[in-house]
Amino acid sequence: MNITEKILAKASGKNNVTPDDVIFANVDKAMVHDVSGPGVIAVFEKLKKTGMKIEKLWDPEKVWVTEDHFVPAADKISAQNVILLTQFAKDYGIRKHFKYGMGQYGICHTLSHEEAMVLPGEVYVGGDSHTNTTGALGAFAAGLGHTDMAYVLLNGKIWFKVPETMFFKLNGKLPDYVMAKDLILKIIGDIGTDGAAYKTMQFGGNGISEMSVEERLTLTNMTTEAGAKSGIIEPDQKIRDYLAQRGATNYNEVHGDPDAQYSKVYEYDASELEPIVAKPFSPENVTVARELSSTPLDKAYIGSCTGAKLEDLRAAAKILKGRTVKIRTEVLPAAISIFRKAMDEGIVKIFMDAGAMVGPPTCGACCGAHMGVLAKDEVCISTTNRNFPGRMGHVESKTYLASPLVAAASAITGKITDPRDLK
Amino acid sequence: MKGSVIKYERDNIDTDVILPGPYLKIHDYNELAKHAMEGIDKDFHKKVKPGDFIVAGKNFGCGSSREHAPIALSYSGIKAVLAISFARIFYRNAVDGAFLLPIEIEESAYRDISEKDDLDIDTSKNEIKNLTKNKIYQMKPFPELIGKIIAAGGLFNYKP
Repeated sequence: MNITEKILAKASGKNNVTPDDVIFANVDKAMVHDVSGPGVIAVFEKLKKTGMKIEKLWDPEKVWVTEDHFVPAADKISAQNVILLTQFAKDYGIRKHFKYGMGQYGICHTLSHEEAMVLPGEVYVGGDSHTNTTGALGAFAAGLGHTDMAYVLLNGKIWFKVPETMFFKLNGKLPDYVMAKDLILKIIGDIGTDGAAYKTMQFGGNGISEMSVEERLTLTNMTTEAGAKSGIIEPDQKIRDYLAQRGATNYNEVHGDPDAQYSKVYEYDASELEPIVAKPFSPENVTVARELSSTPLDKAYIGSCTGAKLEDLRAAAKILKGRTVKIRTEVLPAAISIFRKAMDEGIVKIFMDAGAMVGPPTCGACCGAHMGVLAKDEVCISTTNRNFPGRMGHVESKTYLASPLVAAASAITGKITDPRDLK
Repeated sequence: MKGSVIKYERDNIDTDVILPGPYLKIHDYNELAKHAMEGIDKDFHKKVKPGDFIVAGKNFGCGSSREHAPIALSYSGIKAVLAISFARIFYRNAVDGAFLLPIEIEESAYRDISEKDDLDIDTSKNEIKNLTKNKIYQMKPFPELIGKIIAAGGLFNYKP
């Protein structure tokens, strides 16, 4: 069995599972945020109206809550949702609640690794499609809707069809100015937005071993955009060190067997990769950045669970240092801990000296909700994960997806720019 | 189950167009219905009738995990979406929350069915009758567990 099959077999009390088996898996960790939390609350209310008694959760110690989509409160409804979520956490005894404005908080997927909320070998489900992100730690991590999350919170388990696994092997170290974002955009361009539908995307090879933990998280994060159920990478010493720095040392790693089966193996030669951009209106609509070098922009956005981890900010700062932005540039670190590290390293000062705006962690503009949405016909280059019509604002706005290096280089010229071409 | 068709001739209809991000803060299901399909069809709310079906191409419902998407369609009156394929979270949200039936159809059926065609869907026979065109198409049978959850009326009513 491969790592995903072994985790799901263990979680469902079976010796063996194969793709297409339907199982009920015991869940180790579950997360809801300020959109899916109120969604779950609405499901609870609906169930109560049918006469169901809901008094306690399956295990409040295994549930954690964050505020990320509509904070700082975008309007009255959003403010009310945060109150609703806070009361829910109190009523059901959920102690891990990352509150906006009270110490550590941030985007749920970023906290999942930054706070070591999820550990290798675990089954983790979240009320958000990018829950896949956390699979980079060696966990089975998948997104669910509100009914399913409500079911998990009450029963501690959920059904899954055991997915086939597509294996993506990266040979060699990524060249300078090429990031994990470029690789995953290239892969999505190759297989399409339904290329991994219902499947797991596993990454491996010596290029992945060379890659930092945060860069690996960019890969698994965007498996969602290929339709994958989950993304996963086998844990290694880098993962152990990363988690140990965050106080987590006690867990049971799972690794695939030597004869593990994969539905298909894809190989990528790192030396052939270049900075890539996904054009509107799909993450599969990719081309090399150089081909778009005359595309004028209105805004550069460096934010989200995909593109505002500490290394993403370091990459953007490397480009922005000593230069000035030509278009409005918004940098929103993905968690307060990352914001603080970026301040300590002088990165925030580099952004501000360049004329960029640095703001609080939020999903706001990434999902077109608030905190910097796009107007009609505005064009944005963004380190985020989706560029469907209306994703970041007006339905006739345009978003180009790129790495933090490409976004920063483009901020300086005001046009889509390959960082290698910056003078 | 009889109804008439609202057809979108495109693949990858994502949750951002089925129910745009700014409305994610709303959890009043009837209010959400007013914004269904707003990302590609401003008039959807006016033209949809109770019992209607949506027909679309591949990978319907890709994108976010928002259950708002099947909820908005369901509370608009949509009873089933007929598509060549579905994205996984939309599919399970539709079934587990008992909001609507996600029915997989052949590409030939997708091409043949037109806007405003009247269909009669019989899931017990895996059969779709096109009453307007006097034709019969096969639907892909629901996998065993999915069929049981649908029959139970959603995941919470299903006893494993």
